[in-house]
Amino acid sequence: MSDTHAQSVAFVRETAIPPAAPPSTAAGPVKWVRDNLFPTWANALLTVAALYVIWLVLSSTLPWILGGIWNTNSLAACREILDGRSAACFSVLTERWHQLLYGFKYPSELYWRPNLALLLLFFAAAPVLFFDLPRKLLIFTGLYPFIAYWLIWGGTILAPLVALAGFIAGYLVYARLVKASFAKGFLGGIAAAVIVWGIGGYLIPEGASDRAMLEAIPSRDLGGFMLNLMLGVTCVSLSLPIGIALALGRQSHLPLIKGICVVFIEFIRGVPLITLLFVASVMLAYFFPPESTVDLFLRVVIMITMFSSAYIAEVIRGGLAALPKGQNEAADSLGLDYAQAIRLIILPQALKISIPGIVNIAVGLFKDTTLVSVISLFDIVGMIRGPILASTDWNGVYWELLMFASVLFFVVCYGISQYSQWLERRLATDHR
Amino acid sequence: MNKSMIFGALTVAGLAAGAAGAATLDDVKARGTLNCGVTTGLIGFAAPDANGEWKGFDVAVCRAVAAAVLGDATAVEFVPTTGKTRFTALASGEIDVLARNTTWTFSRDVDLKFDFIGVNYYDGQGFMVPKALGVSSAKDLDGATVCIQTGTTTELNLADFFRVNNISYEPVPIETNAEAQQQYLAGACDVYTTDASGLAATRAAFENPGDHVLLPEIVSKEPLGPLVRHGDSEWGDVVRWTLNALIAAEELGVSSANVGEMASSTNNPEIARLLGTEGELGAMLGLDADWAKRAIETQGNYGEIFATNIGEDTPIGLARGLNAQWTDGGLLYSPPFR
Amino acid sequence: MTTLTDPPKESFKLSMLLNDTRYRSLTMQAIAALLLALAIVYLGNNLIQNLRAAGLNISYGFLGSASNYDINQTLIEYSSRSTHLRAAVVGILNTLLVALLACATATVFGVIAGVLRLSPNWLVRKLMAVYVEIFRNIPVLIWIIIIFTVMTASMPAPSAFRGEDPASSMLFGAFAFTNRGVYVPAPVWGAGSMVVVAVFVLSIIGVFAYRRYATKLLYDTGKLLPMFWPSVGIFLLPAILAFFIMGSPIGLDYPELKGFNFGGGIKIGAPLIALWFALSIYTGAFIAENVRAGIQAVSKGQTEAAAALGLRPGRVMNLVVLPQALRVIIPPLISQYLNITKNSSLAIAVGYADVTATLGGITLNQTGRAIECVLLLMLFYLTISLLISAFMNVYNNAAKLKER
Repeated sequence: MSDTHAQSVAFVRETAIPPAAPPSTAAGPVKWVRDNLFPTWANALLTVAALYVIWLVLSSTLPWILGGIWNTNSLAACREILDGRSAACFSVLTERWHQLLYGFKYPSELYWRPNLALLLLFFAAAPVLFFDLPRKLLIFTGLYPFIAYWLIWGGTILAPLVALAGFIAGYLVYARLVKASFAKGFLGGIAAAVIVWGIGGYLIPEGASDRAMLEAIPSRDLGGFMLNLMLGVTCVSLSLPIGIALALGRQSHLPLIKGICVVFIEFIRGVPLITLLFVASVMLAYFFPPESTVDLFLRVVIMITMFSSAYIAEVIRGGLAALPKGQNEAADSLGLDYAQAIRLIILPQALKISIPGIVNIAVGLFKDTTLVSVISLFDIVGMIRGPILASTDWNGVYWELLMFASVLFFVVCYGISQYSQWLERRLATDHR
Repeated sequence: MNKSMIFGALTVAGLAAGAAGAATLDDVKARGTLNCGVTTGLIGFAAPDANGEWKGFDVAVCRAVAAAVLGDATAVEFVPTTGKTRFTALASGEIDVLARNTTWTFSRDVDLKFDFIGVNYYDGQGFMVPKALGVSSAKDLDGATVCIQTGTTTELNLADFFRVNNISYEPVPIETNAEAQQQYLAGACDVYTTDASGLAATRAAFENPGDHVLLPEIVSKEPLGPLVRHGDSEWGDVVRWTLNALIAAEELGVSSANVGEMASSTNNPEIARLLGTEGELGAMLGLDADWAKRAIETQGNYGEIFATNIGEDTPIGLARGLNAQWTDGGLLYSPPFR
Repeated sequence: MTTLTDPPKESFKLSMLLNDTRYRSLTMQAIAALLLALAIVYLGNNLIQNLRAAGLNISYGFLGSASNYDINQTLIEYSSRSTHLRAAVVGILNTLLVALLACATATVFGVIAGVLRLSPNWLVRKLMAVYVEIFRNIPVLIWIIIIFTVMTASMPAPSAFRGEDPASSMLFGAFAFTNRGVYVPAPVWGAGSMVVVAVFVLSIIGVFAYRRYATKLLYDTGKLLPMFWPSVGIFLLPAILAFFIMGSPIGLDYPELKGFNFGGGIKIGAPLIALWFALSIYTGAFIAENVRAGIQAVSKGQTEAAAALGLRPGRVMNLVVLPQALRVIIPPLISQYLNITKNSSLAIAVGYADVTATLGGITLNQTGRAIECVLLLMLFYLTISLLISAFMNVYNNAAKLKER
C-alpha cells in the first residue's frame, strides 16, 4: 500500500506533456537529406559524385544556351556578334524552323493543312487511348485517315471518298453475311470493297486533282518532322491489323499458314530496318509492274509497315499466350466457332494485355523513322544533314539543330511512354 | 486486271505514276512534268535554297530540257538521289534523266546499261590541305588521313593514286559533304579529297578560305554528264541536243538576252537552224521549232549557266578552265546543228 | 425399341469445303498456298520483265573481282587489290567487333544504371531516371551523330601533340586521345611469351577449379573458404612470376607521333569509338530498365527469408536474388544484344566500315549490283539473329523452372 496520495504530494501533473518537436536531425528537410542523400559513407560519396556530374553538365551547357543568339540570318553574322565567345546560334532555328518541321518543299501558305491534321489526330486517337470516352467517338477515328490524307496531300476529294465508300460497302456486306458464317462475311466484305474501289476508280475523271478544292501536293514534297510523324502514325496503324493476323496465323494449327507467318515474322525481325529501307529504295522498284512506278514514300511505308507488323505480331502473340487456356475452352463449350471465339472472347482480352507492348513498339518505330534520312528522304535528320548544313549560310551549325531534333523526339516519345505507364497501372488495377 | 485496278487507285491517290514505257519522250509529254534526278544537296550544282527552290548547274540542265520539251522550265520534279539510289531510280523509270555529277565510266555506260548523253562539266579529283601542314604536293601525303565522300568514283581514284605512288594513307569515308567538311576543319583528317569543283565550293564556304590550299595534282578524269536509260535513243537525242544547244549557243554568241532578237534577225544560218527559224531540226526530234530557243531563253547559254551558278563571281568561284569553249582552249565542242 | 444407326452418309457437297470443319482447314491452306504461289509468280515475273527491260541480270560474279577501294579499320589483311568478297568479310568482322564491344559495355552501363535506379540515394535515383529517359526517347541515329560530332569537336587533333610546347600530351606517355581515334600501346610478343600466355590460361582454369572445390567443400562439410582474394591471387601471381622468370618477353609498342599521324601501337578509330559508345549508352538505358524490372520481380519475401536464415546481404544478393532476377533479365537482355547487332548497321552515318558500309555501301555503289548486295546483306543479318535466337532458346530451356 502506497502512502502517496494526491493530497499528500505537492504536485501531480494532470495532463500529458505535449510531445516535443523531434530533434532537427530527425525530421524535416535535414532528416530527408540525411536519409536520402547521406545515409552511409558510400552513399554520401555517390551524392557528391552525382552533384559534380550535374554541375559539370549544367556549367558547360547553360551559359551556352542562355547566351544564344536568335536573330541573325547566317552563321557568319552569329560569329561576328559572339566575337569569339562560345554560345549557341539559335538563329538557324528561327530562320529554318519551317524547313525542319515541314521539309523544304511544302508550300508555306498551306502549313495549316498538316497542322489541322495533327490537331485532328489528337481527337481521333483519344477514344482509342482512353477507354472512358464515349465509344461513339470511334466513328471519327474511322473517318480520320481519309480526312488526314485529303488534308495533307490535297487533290480531288473523290479519291478518299471512294476509298471510304469501299470500306463502308465492305463493312455493310460483312455485317449482313457474318451471321451466316464469318468466312462468308469476310470474303464478301472484301469483294464488295474491291468492287466499289474498281468502279470508283473509273468514275473519278482524269485530271480531277488539278482543279480540286485543296491544291494537290506530291508526296515528294513532304519532309521534316511532319514526315517522321506521318510515317510513324501511318505505319503503326496499318501494321496493327496485319500484326493481329500474323499473330493469329502463328498460333494457328494449319501448318502451311503457320509456316508462312513464322517465316515472315522471323525474317523481318532478323534484319535491320535499314536493309529493309535499302530494299525500298533500290530493290522494290523492280518488283512492281514494268509500266508503273511507285512513289518512294509509299515504298517506304510498305517496308516500315512490314517491319512493325512483325514486331507487333510478336507482342500480340505474347498477349494471346498470356490468356488462360480456360478462355478458349469456355468459348468452345459455348459452341462458338473459331472466328467467333477469336473475335468475341480471345482478341479483346489479348489486345488489352498487349497495349503497353504495342505502345513501346510504336515509340521505337517512331524513333526509327529517322533512318529514312539514309535513303534520301528529307525527314528532320535528313533536312539537318542535307539542305541546311549544306547551305552556305548555316554550314557548321550542328549542336543547335541536333538539339532541336532531340527535344522534339523527346517530347513526343516521353509523352507516349508516360501514357503507356499510366495505362499499365490502370490495367494492373483492373486485374486485381 | 487486278493489278491495273490497284495501280489505278494508287495513281488516282497520287502515289504511283504510270511511266517508263518504251518512249520516254511521250511519257514526259503526257505527264506534263520532267522527273529529274539530282544530288541531295551540293551547293552550286544542285541544292534547294531557303525557299525550297532547286538551284544549280545540274538543275539548269534539267530545266533546259523541260523548257525544250514541255515549254515550261518549271515543269520539273526534282528527285533527290544518293550515290546508292541514283542508278536504280533511273533504271526503274522513277526519273527520266539523271543530272547528278555522275562520272562517265566504261562500266556505268556498258555494264549498268545507261547512256551518257554528253559532258556538261569536265572535272578531276583534287586534294585540299590546311596551309599550316606545309604540303605542296599530293606525293608528300604519306601516312595522311584522307576524308572522302562515299558513293563516288573518288574512293577508287584515291586508292589507285596512292597505290601507284606506293604511299600509304588512311581513308575516312563520310556520307555528306557537310560532315566531311566538319571532320576536315576539326583536324580529324589532314586532307579532303573530292572533285576539284567541289573542293573549291567547299573552301569558299570556310570561315578563312585562305588557310587552305588546293594541291596541284589532279588525279583523275571526271567527265560529269547527264545520263538516260539505254535503249531509248529518241529521248537520249532530245537530252543530248538540248545540252549541245546550250553549248552551241555560247559559241555562236546567243544568250538569254539576245535570243529573241537573234531569232528574228539573224543571218547566220546555223543560228537560224538552232533557233528554229530555218530547217526542221525541232520536228526531227519530235519537238516544235522553238525548242532550243526556249531552253536558251529561260536558262541562258552554257556560259551564262556556268557564270550564275559556279562561275568566278559566285561564292564557289570556279574558273572556266577545261570547261571553256574549244575556241578558247577548252574542251567544249558541240557538234554542228545541221 | 430404338436402334442406333449411323447417320446416313452424306454425299460430298461443294459447300462442305467451307462449312465442314473436316475440310475447312484444307480449303484454307489450299487458298493460302494458291495466294502465296500467285504472289511469288507475280513478283518474280515483274522482276524478270524489269531486269530484261533494263538489260540487267542477277549475278554474283562481282564478288570475285578486285574491290579497288581501301578500308581504314580492318581486322584481317586487306588492300584495294582484294576482292569485293574479302571487303564484305572485313565488314562482317567489323560488325561483329563493334557488336561485341557494345554488348559488353551496354551490359555494364545497364546493370550500373539499373541497380542505381533502385538506390536509396534520392539524387542518384533521379539522375539515373533522367539518363534512362533521355537516352530511351531520342533516336539512336541522332545519338550516334551527336557523339561522333562531340568526339570530332572536343578531342584534340594529332597536330595538337606536335611542337615544343604541345597543346595536348599523351596520357602516361602511352595513350593518345585524338579526334581520329585513341592510340594505345600494342603488345610485342617476344621469345618465350607463349609460356607466359600458357601460364595465364592455366591460372584461369585454376581459378575455376578452386571455386568449384570451395563450393563442394561448403556443401559437403559446411566449411566456408574465402573466395575473392585467393581467386585474385591465382589469377595474377603465376602469370606475373612467369613473366619475370622468362625475362619480360612481352614488350609494349608505344604510339608516337610520326608525320601526319601517330604511328605504332593500336589505333581504335573515332568512328568505332563513337558507334561503340553511342550504341552502348543507348542500349544501356534499355538494359537498365530490364535489370530494374528483374530485381523488382523477385518478391521481398525471398530477401527476408534469406535474411532470416542468417545470410549476409552480399550472399542474399548472390545466392537468392540474382539467380531469380537473372531468369527475368536475361531473355530481354539477349534481345537487346540482337538490337545492338542490328543497330550497328547505322555505322554508315559515321563512316565505320561495317558490312552495311562495305557490302551494302561502297561495293553496291561501285558495282551497281543493288539486288545482289542487299540480298547478301539481309542474309548475313538473318544468320546472326537466328543464331542468337537459337542460343536464347537453349538458355530459356536450361533456365526454365524445374517443376517437380
